[in-house]
Amino acid sequence: MRTKVKERWARVGWLIPAFYILFLMVPIYWLLAMSLKTNAEITSGFTLWPKALTFANYHVIFSDPSWYSGYINSITYVVMNTVISLAVALPAAYAFSRYRFLGDKHLFFWLFTNRMAPPAIFALPFFQLYSAFHLIDTHIAVALAHCLFNVPLAVWILEGFMSGVPREIDETAYIDGYSFPRFFFKIFTPLIASGIGVTAFFCFMFSWVELLLASTLTTVNAKPIAAVMTRTVSAAGMDWGVLAAAGMLTIIPGAVVIWFVRNYIAKGFALGRV
Amino acid sequence: MLELRQVAKIVEGQTHIAPTSLSLESGSLNVLLGPSLSGKTSLLRLMAGLDKPTSGTVWENGKDVTGLSVRKRNIAMVYQQFVNYPAMTVFENIASPLRLAKTPAAEIDRKVRSAAELLRLTPYLDRTPLTLSGGQQQRTALARALVKGAGLVLLDEPLANLDYKLREELREELPKIFAESGSILVYATTEPTEALLLGGNTATLHEGHVTQFGPTVDVFRRPNTLTTAQAFSDPPLNTIAAHKSGASFDLDGGLSLAAPKTLADGPYVLGVRPHHLSLSAQNKSAQPLTAKVAITEITGSESFVHFPFGGTDWVMLTPGVHEFEPGDKVSLYIDAARVMVFSPDGQALGA
Repeated sequence: MRTKVKERWARVGWLIPAFYILFLMVPIYWLLAMSLKTNAEITSGFTLWPKALTFANYHVIFSDPSWYSGYINSITYVVMNTVISLAVALPAAYAFSRYRFLGDKHLFFWLFTNRMAPPAIFALPFFQLYSAFHLIDTHIAVALAHCLFNVPLAVWILEGFMSGVPREIDETAYIDGYSFPRFFFKIFTPLIASGIGVTAFFCFMFSWVELLLASTLTTVNAKPIAAVMTRTVSAAGMDWGVLAAAGMLTIIPGAVVIWFVRNYIAKGFALGRV
Repeated sequence: MLELRQVAKIVEGQTHIAPTSLSLESGSLNVLLGPSLSGKTSLLRLMAGLDKPTSGTVWENGKDVTGLSVRKRNIAMVYQQFVNYPAMTVFENIASPLRLAKTPAAEIDRKVRSAAELLRLTPYLDRTPLTLSGGQQQRTALARALVKGAGLVLLDEPLANLDYKLREELREELPKIFAESGSILVYATTEPTEALLLGGNTATLHEGHVTQFGPTVDVFRRPNTLTTAQAFSDPPLNTIAAHKSGASFDLDGGLSLAAPKTLADGPYVLGVRPHHLSLSAQNKSAQPLTAKVAITEITGSESFVHFPFGGTDWVMLTPGVHEFEPGDKVSLYIDAARVMVFSPDGQALGA
């Protein structure tokens, strides 16, 4: 009896994840379909797929500087932030993983509490501070602001990966005669390469999706794509098709980065402590 | 020559190593023997300079090297875990200390290949360590320690994580391999048999104290304290409280043994090694006793017979397979001439 029930479940069991995935994919498909439709088709009624296939929306984005500069700005500060976060977090994580010092555990936890505050509360002080240093509307301003939550995260993930490397490897290297920098780059970094990849992914992702600080600290020259998307209401009404195309293009960088770290992502979510 | 002068290590109020003085001759093989947490690794790390002693000094060939960075010391170390550089090939792993010493490429090649030949790693030189078996990984680590030609080679239970056969093989080869280099070899182990097989000198450790240091056989035959005798006995040493009056020891278990005349009357502790108990009288000094078997363990060609005696658990190690049932009454013989005599505070008083 039980085996029969089991068999029946085996036959239909795949339906549940299939429906779930379908459910998740619907909005993305809708976005893709809209980006390939004309505005007239979008507003005139309900169509499951583009009746009049057009790439004009994408053409607008790639030819209009106010659109494509949004992407360039976003990618610029995201890459800057990822590099800064890693450069700062690698030595910090090594220290937390290898040395015991006064208040190390408290400091480690305090770092993480920076992630607990909503970015909105930092928007105002940041705006004033960055204005004072004439950093408003620069890429570095956004990159630095995003370090607020990315550096602690990077330290946490990297510390987990580093603590997985036995300390004896460090000692063996010193005994062999490696200097610290040489050991760090030649021996240690390859051992935590997947951790660095996962960390870079998380920094990239959080910086890429963050809108509030990014749009507060920028006006024109460093305006992120997500901020550009919020003001597509023109005299001719809402430009749905272009907006959908911009949305599609915004998904792509994340998807590309995920592809590269797909095998390590679970370990990253566990902060390297798998 | 390596000298420890009153070296001590205290971490967070806990004594890991009590003030210890040891001097190890060049070209000698030295075994650190003691159970887990007795301070073997701590002592090795102090010798290496990986840890700085809380007090005392470390001298190498007449120079004070206390607190000197390990990079500047000429040492090699092999751990119980297989420690290699996973991102490099076996060849590069072994060559690593030579590369850093800026040895000419031709010489590196020659040295690495001869070390690999010695440790039977030649077929694996182009592979990375993690694709090798545990034994091969450990041999890679040993080869790296060997090519360096260090004056001090520290091996921290290097064979503990290997399977039985490999362990036997490597244990035999290791002293030979390193003997030719003329370096001081320090070998930490928990196994008394391993110390005896390696020979050389042995220092027995107990809770951070070096209880005795000398030629391995001497330490085994003439332990100076009960602690040393216990550390250097596998299976565990049988002990019993005894009271000497006149010409005999009266044991707790209701047995009398002849006592040396030189000792004063009073309380003593006697130690009997498990293989000095037997099922038949081996010589004239053998004393009979009756034991009630608690359990018997058989390891192929030997039997361990456990039995309670005078309120403590005793074990007899006897050749051959003897299948006693729990509760069986068995007649045993104690080789009275081999009984070790200790004062109640554990000092050896001659056997």
